[in-house]
Amino acid sequence: MLETCEKHIELYKELDSYIQNFKGKKGALINVLHKAQELFGWLPPEVQEYVADKLNISPATVYGVVTFYNFFSTKPKGKSQIKICLGTACYVKGADRVMERFLDELGISEGEVTKDGKFSVHGVRCLGACSMAPVVLVGEKDFYGKVTPDMVPSILKKYKGEG
Amino acid sequence: MPLTTNTILICAGGACISSGEESVKNALERKIKEYNLQEAIKIVETGCMGACSIGPLMVIYPEGVYYQKLTPKAAEKIVEEHLLKGRIVEEYLYKGDKGKIVPQPQEEIPFFSRQVKIATRNLGIIDPLNIEEYIARDGYFALYKALKEMKPEEVINTIKESGLRGRGGAGFPTGLKWEFARKAPGDEKYMICNADEGDPGAFMDRSILEGDPHTIIEAMTIAGYAIGANKGYVYVRAEYPIAIERLSEALKQAHEYGFLGENILDSGFSFDIEIRIGAGAFVCGEETALINSIEGKRGQPRVKPPYPAQKGLWGKPTNINNVETLACVPPIIKNGPQWFRQWGTEKSPGTKVFALAGKVKNTGLVEVPMGITLRELIYEIGGGSPTGKKIKAVQTGGPSGGVIPEEYFDTPVDFESLTQLGAIIGSGGMIVLDEDDCMVDVAKFFLEFTVDESCGKCTPCREGTKIMYEILNKITNGEGTEDDIETLEKLGNIIKDSSLCGLGQTAPNPVLSTLRYYKDEYIAHVRDKACPAKKCRNLISYVIDTSKCVGCTACARVCPASCIDGEIKKPHEIDQEACIKCGSCIEVCRFGAISKVSPALD
Repeated sequence: MLETCEKHIELYKELDSYIQNFKGKKGALINVLHKAQELFGWLPPEVQEYVADKLNISPATVYGVVTFYNFFSTKPKGKSQIKICLGTACYVKGADRVMERFLDELGISEGEVTKDGKFSVHGVRCLGACSMAPVVLVGEKDFYGKVTPDMVPSILKKYKGEG
Repeated sequence: MPLTTNTILICAGGACISSGEESVKNALERKIKEYNLQEAIKIVETGCMGACSIGPLMVIYPEGVYYQKLTPKAAEKIVEEHLLKGRIVEEYLYKGDKGKIVPQPQEEIPFFSRQVKIATRNLGIIDPLNIEEYIARDGYFALYKALKEMKPEEVINTIKESGLRGRGGAGFPTGLKWEFARKAPGDEKYMICNADEGDPGAFMDRSILEGDPHTIIEAMTIAGYAIGANKGYVYVRAEYPIAIERLSEALKQAHEYGFLGENILDSGFSFDIEIRIGAGAFVCGEETALINSIEGKRGQPRVKPPYPAQKGLWGKPTNINNVETLACVPPIIKNGPQWFRQWGTEKSPGTKVFALAGKVKNTGLVEVPMGITLRELIYEIGGGSPTGKKIKAVQTGGPSGGVIPEEYFDTPVDFESLTQLGAIIGSGGMIVLDEDDCMVDVAKFFLEFTVDESCGKCTPCREGTKIMYEILNKITNGEGTEDDIETLEKLGNIIKDSSLCGLGQTAPNPVLSTLRYYKDEYIAHVRDKACPAKKCRNLISYVIDTSKCVGCTACARVCPASCIDGEIKKPHEIDQEACIKCGSCIEVCRFGAISKVSPALD
């Protein structure tokens, strides 16, 4: 069985009880992977194998699904994930320049995590708030609308203390 | 129960949330509590009110006063003035032409008065989490009528006669789709709601799910009854957590009230709905890919035929409709097909929701009768350009659509007319482009999207779009040739003809339609190494007009590359070698001294 630290044992337990909800229901894999990523932050190989084992499907199938969908990550992400909307409205209003500034300020490339583990920057699909373009989402809830490159340092400042 | 004297409807749509709706609501609550008015004033968070560009928004009833661009401070003032003393706070009212104050723009301003709300009838009016408010707006009446007074075939005929067509992009007649699923042999059938709204720039489905989740539950149950399904799935994008949350809550309420579950309304019909969450794959908006995804597989499209109506989810007959299409169903059942046909055109009856975005003043969500012209939509309702720059074109239909130049803005918006112009209605995203937008760059943007989202199953789409993207990249970098333009055209047509699903078949559209109308821009890029819109970085330079520069140093201070030199109060100069062309200087210059030139300076 997998080697896990104490914190992870708890997480696996929680995942188990989630999987129980799907007993007798078909096609649970994607929902289970969502839960696993929510718990672990990303989907390392051992978590994928664990899910495969529990759902009685091959790890190859799980890996195939994980790598197909943008939402699932096989790399760790930063504590604060900066999601920059790359939808059309945001693009014509200069989202590319906002992205560039974030990467510049943090000294990373897209998808990478900063050395202190605090930030990662991701270009995401349309967030559906086109009127506020360009839009940036930090974490799950903090929306920033009409973002200009100049606003980037002050946005980052808010999260630098965290973690 | 104490009497409620005022009800405040505050918009909790996506754009208002991102412009600070929560802090406005908190300020309202704080102030109302301070004056001990909690009993008399009710605050309701509604779905998207549509006028996203002037958010956060709220409407105070009974008067119906419309407050816009709110801040916590504004909210406090409105409580003290309007709610306590009955004095309308003018500074936060809607301002029309020439700054005219309009307390109830709903009736006067074209953005509001030109709309006909069918699919979005409850948005901004009810509390989406309160089933009784939905019922009070005739909610679940259509379900009652269908289950108690109509046979499944009559339901299907009503939808057929209404002429309702799929609002997700393809425009297939909904009633016909239902009939196919009804007639397919099999006892086990499925009803799916496609809420995988993937077109960048379209957010009507998100808004309907967030603002009126019960309408989807009601419509799916009616559709389930019509086709003979007892189980439904809503497939929602993972990017829409609020929609998922509200829909889950609405499902619970519908169960409690007996609108879902066993023996609904004592009719003998049973139906239940489960939510399935997407995981970020554009192709899953294609119905067979979506079915694979619900089954927990990679979301790759299947070969059609067999169509989902014959062999869909778990191999059983399945009917799939998009959110906006379903939202039209309850009112059609309740009011009859002729009622729906009073709007729109012969072949495209009813209304369509459009998401106006880009270079237009009134961005937001609008529902208008089909057949309205693009000019009315963009200028009258959208208010034209926000900056006074010339509007050049509108992009419709997202990555599957195309651009329509300003010369064609008198075209009526319906399924056929837009297709003839090389664009599509698609899901209703409309991105307005102005003279600063380069058409080659726009095409490149969409191709980058498709390259990323191609599922990889068909070679022409997987490899072909990549080659097209590389060519576009070459052209925008100033390294393209005239042969490249020809290759783009040829390759685009091949991909169109040889791809399995809608994604591949439409992927070249953004390139083909910009080539159709803006070939001169492509030629300028390859022949003169110039970008007429001055957008493509490698083909432009920033220059300072020394006669206009007063030496305020604003540009030098903001330049991240420190490439602007000059003494205070003396004209500045840009070091072209070091300039990274970020455009920060042009934004801060208040004297109009900085401009872009193309081709680039050596």
